[in-house]
Amino acid sequence: MTTTARHPKTLLVIVAEAALEKTLVRDARERGAQGWTVAEVHGASLEGVREGTWEADRTIELKFICEAAVADAIADHVIATYAKHYAVALYFADVRVLRPERY
Amino acid sequence: MLDVVVFFFLLGVAARLAGSDLKLPEALYETLAIYLLLAIGLKGGIELSKQPIGALLPQVLACMTLGFAIPFVLFPLLRMLKLAGPDAASVAAHYGSVSVVTFAVATAALARAGIAYESHAALWVAVMEAPGIVAGILLARLAARRDAGAASTRWGELAHDVLLGKSVLLLAGGLAIGAVAGEAGTAPIKAVFVDPFKGVLALFLLELGLVAGARLTEVKRFGAAVIVVGLAAPPLLGLAGAALGWVLGLSAGGVALLATLAASASYIAAPTAMRIAVPEANAALSITAALGITFPFNIVIGIPLYIALAQRITP
Repeated sequence: MTTTARHPKTLLVIVAEAALEKTLVRDARERGAQGWTVAEVHGASLEGVREGTWEADRTIELKFICEAAVADAIADHVIATYAKHYAVALYFADVRVLRPERY
Repeated sequence: MLDVVVFFFLLGVAARLAGSDLKLPEALYETLAIYLLLAIGLKGGIELSKQPIGALLPQVLACMTLGFAIPFVLFPLLRMLKLAGPDAASVAAHYGSVSVVTFAVATAALARAGIAYESHAALWVAVMEAPGIVAGILLARLAARRDAGAASTRWGELAHDVLLGKSVLLLAGGLAIGAVAGEAGTAPIKAVFVDPFKGVLALFLLELGLVAGARLTEVKRFGAAVIVVGLAAPPLLGLAGAALGWVLGLSAGGVALLATLAASASYIAAPTAMRIAVPEANAALSITAALGITFPFNIVIGIPLYIALAQRITP
């Protein structure tokens, strides 16, 4: 039954301008993130609509599954460093994973 | 009479303003951009294979110096228009860098008018992309030097992003391939990279029309300053480019192309680089001026003006 055991982890989702992808991934790795997925999205926020029609208008959604403390560290850093000048959205969710050592 | 490719741009603008759902797939946009950059590079490279590259060094240095100098000239003027320091630096960087598509439209216009130009002109485009961006970042740093909280620039990363970004990489790569393979070597791929060029350019301009149309609706947000910048900068900078071309002893077509490059504003390399290097600058302001106003101005009105000017001042 060990393979079906569920382990609690935190999912951190960051929606940000695509220009930030490299730096966000670098910062997250430095704070203990082991893996991530990126998807291109489009949408709108208080700062306006981002349609993603060409390079400078693209938006990404970055997902990290990690320990709660790591997710907190990443989120605090992102808010402190980028939120002032970039359109950034963040949220957390509790998730359960099968192989905890991977996150 | 406008060049036929410009009509595609106008169609895109009209579609966007009319609220059409027309949209080119992202992957197609990427593909067209890659094609255009490679094709422009190849064409220039084939010409490079026919002449000693060392002889072009003065031209290359002059083009780079022009690109670097433009932001320093524009910055104080933009500050007079009451733009904030970082915004002025960012806008200046966009104008210091160049628009490859504006260049492509200018070469199409010259070809149609039967005016000869230096066929290695793509080399100028490749070397003029980066200097303006570097100058804009320097200006932003100088303007913010009293601001203790200002972020430091990661120059290494920035150089990597700009010099190995797709526009410089593909242009330079195309130039290199063309120069090494020469006319005979590239003959087998001519059917793909040379003959369909104008049709592809037309399709790309349709997409840019859609994007520019979206920026036009943003003009209201920034008021008169962005219109003044977008319309006044190109003729001013175009004059500077034409003067440099004249000093370098270029042909009429070459003078027109250098004027076009000086007058054009980057909307691919510069926005991304400035977004990272000068986050406090308003990205929408620069893009609206560069793509919403200057780009349409140049391809509809500017290029015919620069060509007429070049024909006047060259023997």
